[in-house]
Amino acid sequence: MSPYLRSLLLAFVLWGTASVSWAHAFLDHAEPAVGSQVHDPPAQVKIWFTERLEPALSKIQVFDSSGKQVDKRDVQADKTDAALLSVSLPALQRGKYKVVWRVVSVDTHVTTGNFAFEVTR
Amino acid sequence: MYLKNLSAFRSAVLFSVCIITIGAEPMPVFSHGFAGARFFPATLATDDPFVANELSLPTFQAIRQPGDQPTKTFDLSADVALKLTPNFGIEIGDGYQFQKAVGSNLHTGFDNLKVGSKYQFLVNAEHETILSLGVDAEIGGTGTQAIGVDRFSTIVPGFFFGKGFGDLPDSLWILRPFALTGQVGVSFPTGSNVGGERVPDNLEWGFALEYSLIYLQGQVKDIGLRAPFDRLISLVEFPMETPLNRDGTPTTGTINPGVIWSGKYFQIGVEAVIPINRHTGNNVGVLAQLHFYLDDLIPQIFGKPLFGR
Repeated sequence: MSPYLRSLLLAFVLWGTASVSWAHAFLDHAEPAVGSQVHDPPAQVKIWFTERLEPALSKIQVFDSSGKQVDKRDVQADKTDAALLSVSLPALQRGKYKVVWRVVSVDTHVTTGNFAFEVTR
Repeated sequence: MYLKNLSAFRSAVLFSVCIITIGAEPMPVFSHGFAGARFFPATLATDDPFVANELSLPTFQAIRQPGDQPTKTFDLSADVALKLTPNFGIEIGDGYQFQKAVGSNLHTGFDNLKVGSKYQFLVNAEHETILSLGVDAEIGGTGTQAIGVDRFSTIVPGFFFGKGFGDLPDSLWILRPFALTGQVGVSFPTGSNVGGERVPDNLEWGFALEYSLIYLQGQVKDIGLRAPFDRLISLVEFPMETPLNRDGTPTTGTINPGVIWSGKYFQIGVEAVIPINRHTGNNVGVLAQLHFYLDDLIPQIFGKPLFGR
């Protein structure tokens, strides 16, 4: 591979994986983790996204197995990390919970998703 | 001359981009490749059902064509798709081909120009489903005769679909990252007899079975994958063609196992091209593509359709 081609390829990779960016927001990781079982009930659901968010247009909801919304409806963005969104939870009972999110990244792209976690205590 | 024109065209595009970027204000939009929580990548060998702002540049295919004089073919092509309204888009593409037959000189030249349009008439977020109708056309005689392009045009009306399996029950969680996209259409040549050779109508069909690690990691179960593996989608594509009349050959096509890595602004895909029978070929080829998400790359311009929101 020629040096020119190698440089071009490297530039593309760096560009495409750059952390400061404008693109669709995907879930990067969450607490509790996606699809996880946790022993102790979490006090919050926190989701780290791949992009900075518009907090006023973004939300997280948590539902129990009967479909009742159980979160405290106080979604907030982290003050130091614009890609982190969280919502508080009451003391959860043992059972399965579904997290539903809809976020708008700073370039106005909308993405949605959902995942489950289970409290085993 | 060609390079000079290309340079002028590129300057004009860059100038337009700068002007529109300065004047544009962002507004909320849904974008290409999504049906609810499902992100569908652009497939390489079969068409996907989405109306989108995308640029494939380049797509590279190398394969050995069968025949009395087996021919090595390298094809470099580009394709751009633009979203005119939220549900209607157009695309245009062309390629440059290098052909080397056994005992013959190298032949090079442009493929015929291809244009198309697509209308997506259903997007169901809950069931990760999308359906669309479209018409593609290859414009005969616009390519280079030395590489044997068709002198007649071909019109292909078609139906396109995409379905993610995220709505499967929790007990089948390992299958939820699967998705299927595909197309069915009939190609109608504008000439049915060319140089004494009968040209059949063809059933153009194909599908792509995908398994998305993006979906697995973000919607189903965090199995601890980190970059770059958490952005991979493995897939197998099956582009097929079945002649419907005029003494056509049996079905031809390939099976293309491969992988796509999807980043913030572009995706890179590579597939093996395995002929399904001797009418298609005897050797394994390769297909690779660099594909840009224009709506992410330049959201001020391509973040919304040309007309409507």
